[in-house]
Amino acid sequence: MPSIASSALLKHTREQALKMPEIVWADAELDEARGTSSLSSTTGRETRKMNTYQAIRDALSIALSTNDSAIVFGEDVAFGGVFRCTLGLAEEYGRERVFNTPLTEQGVVGFGIGYASMGSKLGNSTLGGRGMGGTAIAEVQFVDYIWPAFDQLLNEASKFRYRSGGQFNVGGLTVRCPTMAVGHGGLYHSQSPEGFFMGAGGLKVVIPRSPLQAKGLLLSSIRDPNPVVFMEPKVLYRSAVEQVPTSDYILPLGRAEILTTGSDLTVVTYGTSVYRCEQAIHLLTHPPEGTGIERTVRDALGDWRRSRKGQNTSSTPTIELIDLRTILPYDLPLVLRSLSKTHRLLIVHEGPTTGGVGMQIAGDVMSGFNTTSTTNESEEDVGRMRREAFLGLEAPVKVIGGWDTPGVALQYEKFYIPDEVRILDGLLEVLAY
Amino acid sequence: MLRRASSTLRPLINRISSLSTRSLGRLPNTQSPIVSKPHFFNSVTGDSNELIPAFRLIDGTGVPLDGAGLPELDEAFARKLYENMQLLPNLDNILYNVQRQGKISFYMTAQPPLPMTMSRPQGKTNACPGVAYALRRSPERSNSVAACFFGEGAASEGDFHAGLLLASTIPSPVVFIARNNGFAISTPSSEQYHGDGIASRGPGYGIDTIRVDGNDVLAVLAAVREARTRCVEQGRAVLVECMSYRVGHHSTSDDSFAYRARSEVEDRKRIDNPLARFRLFMETRGWWDAQAEEELKTRHRADVLKAFKRAETQSRWELGELFTDIYAGEEPWNIKEQRKELGRLLKKYGEDWEPWRRELQKYKNEGRDLIKE
Repeated sequence: MPSIASSALLKHTREQALKMPEIVWADAELDEARGTSSLSSTTGRETRKMNTYQAIRDALSIALSTNDSAIVFGEDVAFGGVFRCTLGLAEEYGRERVFNTPLTEQGVVGFGIGYASMGSKLGNSTLGGRGMGGTAIAEVQFVDYIWPAFDQLLNEASKFRYRSGGQFNVGGLTVRCPTMAVGHGGLYHSQSPEGFFMGAGGLKVVIPRSPLQAKGLLLSSIRDPNPVVFMEPKVLYRSAVEQVPTSDYILPLGRAEILTTGSDLTVVTYGTSVYRCEQAIHLLTHPPEGTGIERTVRDALGDWRRSRKGQNTSSTPTIELIDLRTILPYDLPLVLRSLSKTHRLLIVHEGPTTGGVGMQIAGDVMSGFNTTSTTNESEEDVGRMRREAFLGLEAPVKVIGGWDTPGVALQYEKFYIPDEVRILDGLLEVLAY
Repeated sequence: MLRRASSTLRPLINRISSLSTRSLGRLPNTQSPIVSKPHFFNSVTGDSNELIPAFRLIDGTGVPLDGAGLPELDEAFARKLYENMQLLPNLDNILYNVQRQGKISFYMTAQPPLPMTMSRPQGKTNACPGVAYALRRSPERSNSVAACFFGEGAASEGDFHAGLLLASTIPSPVVFIARNNGFAISTPSSEQYHGDGIASRGPGYGIDTIRVDGNDVLAVLAAVREARTRCVEQGRAVLVECMSYRVGHHSTSDDSFAYRARSEVEDRKRIDNPLARFRLFMETRGWWDAQAEEELKTRHRADVLKAFKRAETQSRWELGELFTDIYAGEEPWNIKEQRKELGRLLKKYGEDWEPWRRELQKYKNEGRDLIKE
């Protein structure tokens, strides 16, 4: 059974890391602009073993060294942060650029909005950044404490560009915050509130699954011309270890990633749940021997095979596992493309089910009349894809999320967070339908 | 033409302006005296070089300061105070170690042992005025006040400012008690505020305020008693800022020597120890001695261990409690559905899935309450 540490989804070798799909090297982009070429995608590039907090620290360090306007701030940031993501940055870049704030989340985010709104003469950002103000990288110590800043994010940051007709923006703002459960955080240290942000048009929400992803997606978020809330799954800070390229690179926002290809069921997830889905898929092929679970799996797969009678099918279903990565705006076309093969959909996350990301995706898949078909042949016809996805479904969409309780109760945490066996059950239910 | 008009009007303008200076006198919305020299200020004491004084009754050796008016206090009450104060470090020591052994997930230390309780303060400072207003409106509790405890870090939240503003504007009897222990996790108070502590904010909201030596339990007692009296009499909030120093780590997740010197902490413990100061005070009155100290430590240790053992062996509530107390009244369909879903899953996998089987044993009825449904 794979743990987070031994997950096959993590890049354990330099070669795997450098071949990360969609990776964009900063020097390659500069070369392209200059019409020169230096390093190829893999030769001459180094990687280093990092856990997630080290990868985030590395990204912050690159952001600070490549852009003089960049500042990093938040509660307890100067001594390294409670999760060590800013360790040594104050010493390296000075307290004017890396500093503690008083304990006020609305103050922290509001400050970032103001800084990002100012056309900055300091900026010499190498990537993106044109027409952007100062680069403000704020930290909210736990996402559970982001609510005093929600007004700032929703009523100021998300509306800044829109209400000024594009004259002003706070695209330089990135708000980092630890999210999700570690298993014993209780009501105020275990929440996954991304669902509350789904209606905040103008903001982006990003949740990485690993060190390599965290570095690339964080640098993307920092350089993206839109304000981004970057949520870091806490349990991965130490447990997820990967070979991470040491140079400057980005991974695209708004793009989901297919982690394992399959043709029988699409599983969409993000953050910590990625690993639980991997474990559940492992259980599907390796149920604990001699247990009721083994019989349950056998029976369900028997039903699945019977339902596929007459079709050319293997004896075990293959699962397409998708990491959403960007939650808002998320990559619906990729989900629909996957569904056009699998016709079955399971969505997994820790946050509450009602109003959550899963229900949003389920709703988007099923509301085919919400998009007008395009006549532009170079564009994907998302409207048609939505209608076909819905009409092609072979089972109801299943969403496995946290329960609709007001938070994650400490004593019940193990039965709140969707774990591998609950996800296994979801896989079986959708497959055998 | 314009020039002619203005020269004609000049005497009239002069007359109006001299009249208005006299008749205006005060500005709208304030009774401020009028001055003709610019006066910037940055102090609530009236002198920017002078800090808000701190109220102290006994010195480092427990001896009352000259002219100190000690609060009314008999031997029994003094002993009770001391015993409660002494409980906190004992509790800290034991639970800190217990956490290190992995028996509890997290512990937040209570030191320094001020006569205060811990709370989750960030949101509560906002709710206290409403609590106090409800007390005011309850005839049988018109003599009661709300007490709101928080640290200097929590006082940076907008909630604190909103709480003070409402407690004074909509007169509400709250005693706000700030424990300024110098650190909010790693952030020293020097980076938490630039003004004269938390006390300086009280007058801004029209609130009677006092700063106290928080390591002097007698000064805290006297100040809070007086605060309570004012609170009841005026029906308005009072702010007490207790100055102290956090000798413990913020919590079991914190290693404070990453941001302050160990020697600084040890010095503090030795030089200005609230327990030692009060103990010396009691000893000079013959209310306490080494034997009492030894007995107390033994008793506290036994009490804490007994309470911990009892808590440790107690099973958790039924797993179904996960879904209770979400709403009063009719339970909505989604909660019903989710309770049933968990029951179905437990029935199907509870025996066979080892992590669940182990976890279920911790609950009363081991999850059967959900399976039955």
